[in-house]
Amino acid sequence: MSKQRNDETVLRRHHDMGGLPAGPVEQGEHDYAPWEKRVDAILRLLGDPKRRIITTDELRRGIEELGPGAYDEMSYYERWIASITNNLLEKGVITVDELGRRMAEISAAWPAGVEERKP
Amino acid sequence: MSARFAVGESVKVRAAFPPGHVRTPFFVRGKTGRVTEVLGPYRNPEELAYGRDGEPALPLYRVIFETAELWDDYRGAPKDTTVVDIYENWLEAP
Amino acid sequence: MAHDHDHEHGHDHSHQPHPFQPDLEETPLTHYQVMTQAVGDLLVEKGVFSAEELRAMVEAIDAKSQAAGARMVAHAWADPAFKARMLEDVNKAAEELDIDAGGIPIRAVENTEGVHNVIVCTLCSCYPRLLIGLPPDWYKSRSYRSRTVREPRQVLAEFGTTLPDDVEVRVHDSTADLRYMVLPARPAGTEGWDEEALAELVTRDCMIGVTLPKSPNA
Repeated sequence: MSKQRNDETVLRRHHDMGGLPAGPVEQGEHDYAPWEKRVDAILRLLGDPKRRIITTDELRRGIEELGPGAYDEMSYYERWIASITNNLLEKGVITVDELGRRMAEISAAWPAGVEERKP
Repeated sequence: MSARFAVGESVKVRAAFPPGHVRTPFFVRGKTGRVTEVLGPYRNPEELAYGRDGEPALPLYRVIFETAELWDDYRGAPKDTTVVDIYENWLEAP
Repeated sequence: MAHDHDHEHGHDHSHQPHPFQPDLEETPLTHYQVMTQAVGDLLVEKGVFSAEELRAMVEAIDAKSQAAGARMVAHAWADPAFKARMLEDVNKAAEELDIDAGGIPIRAVENTEGVHNVIVCTLCSCYPRLLIGLPPDWYKSRSYRSRTVREPRQVLAEFGTTLPDDVEVRVHDSTADLRYMVLPARPAGTEGWDEEALAELVTRDCMIGVTLPKSPNA
């Protein structure tokens, strides 16, 4: 049984990081890759006045629900696409089955395959 | 919607810790600041985040804090300030 | 750079992906890249949006940079009446310059002799992207988001910005429905400059508030 705790480590959610200790700001930058811009464009279209399928609030909620490791293990747009996908599944816009099949097809068709996922 | 607090008024941020999606940063909860502007109404993000319509909309306030009041060990200047936008359901009279 | 690279290695292109084009088909995809491709394709097939709409949106995102924000700042420096309108309502003021600032309200906060503003989003990475482009990586980093509210002067110093104690450092945590940009103070020594020259001094970072505008003497 876990020890009952009621301190900051359980009350503060992991994405709510204002004031926590952290190292120097790394000022390096990268140019956004085409797939990252695609993620951004997908979200913008899904949230535009014509569609209103996903709100910024839902995107953020979805990112927060990825869990405490998400900020350290995933990149910014990885968090976005994971949240977008979960929201689309919840809303029934796409199904788990069709998404799984399509991802398998894309991976199989790509000449260099898919990167091994780190354990 | 009529706003409960006016510009210039002191307000205290509720020291609440709900587990869902909220927009009130941890570091201002329980702290007292002053309203500098009444914005809004804006639809409630705590509802929008779960696929609902966010109604009723809430007044949104710009609240200014003395930064030295937020952190025990603040090493900046005494006059430094921090401004956070806070929805009315998170504010109470101090 | 790619041309340096070519001098150092052979020309076996099938095993030498261009370092700046990670989407070349010689590079393995990541799990999330596959997800992105699949989700986009499915949404197009279902008619949620068209392939053309998706392409156009990527282009629109690409077209945004700090130039729009810099033009607004330069115009505000040159025209006090415009500055007043910009401080009142950035989105509306942008229309005067044929700039589309989008539907999310953006607020400009003005640096003065006594106040220096800096913008952060501790909960997320909210950013006035329609006026200054996509955020730099550091703006989204744990370090920037964590430390800017607690030790803003140390963070500013890391960007080379040191402010005297009689200047109030005002940190804006943009966690809610508005986005914030800094309207920097016009640098001394720019009297009589035209707006195009002024806009050259306005960097993205000075509109986030981590630096001051470029020096006119540089």
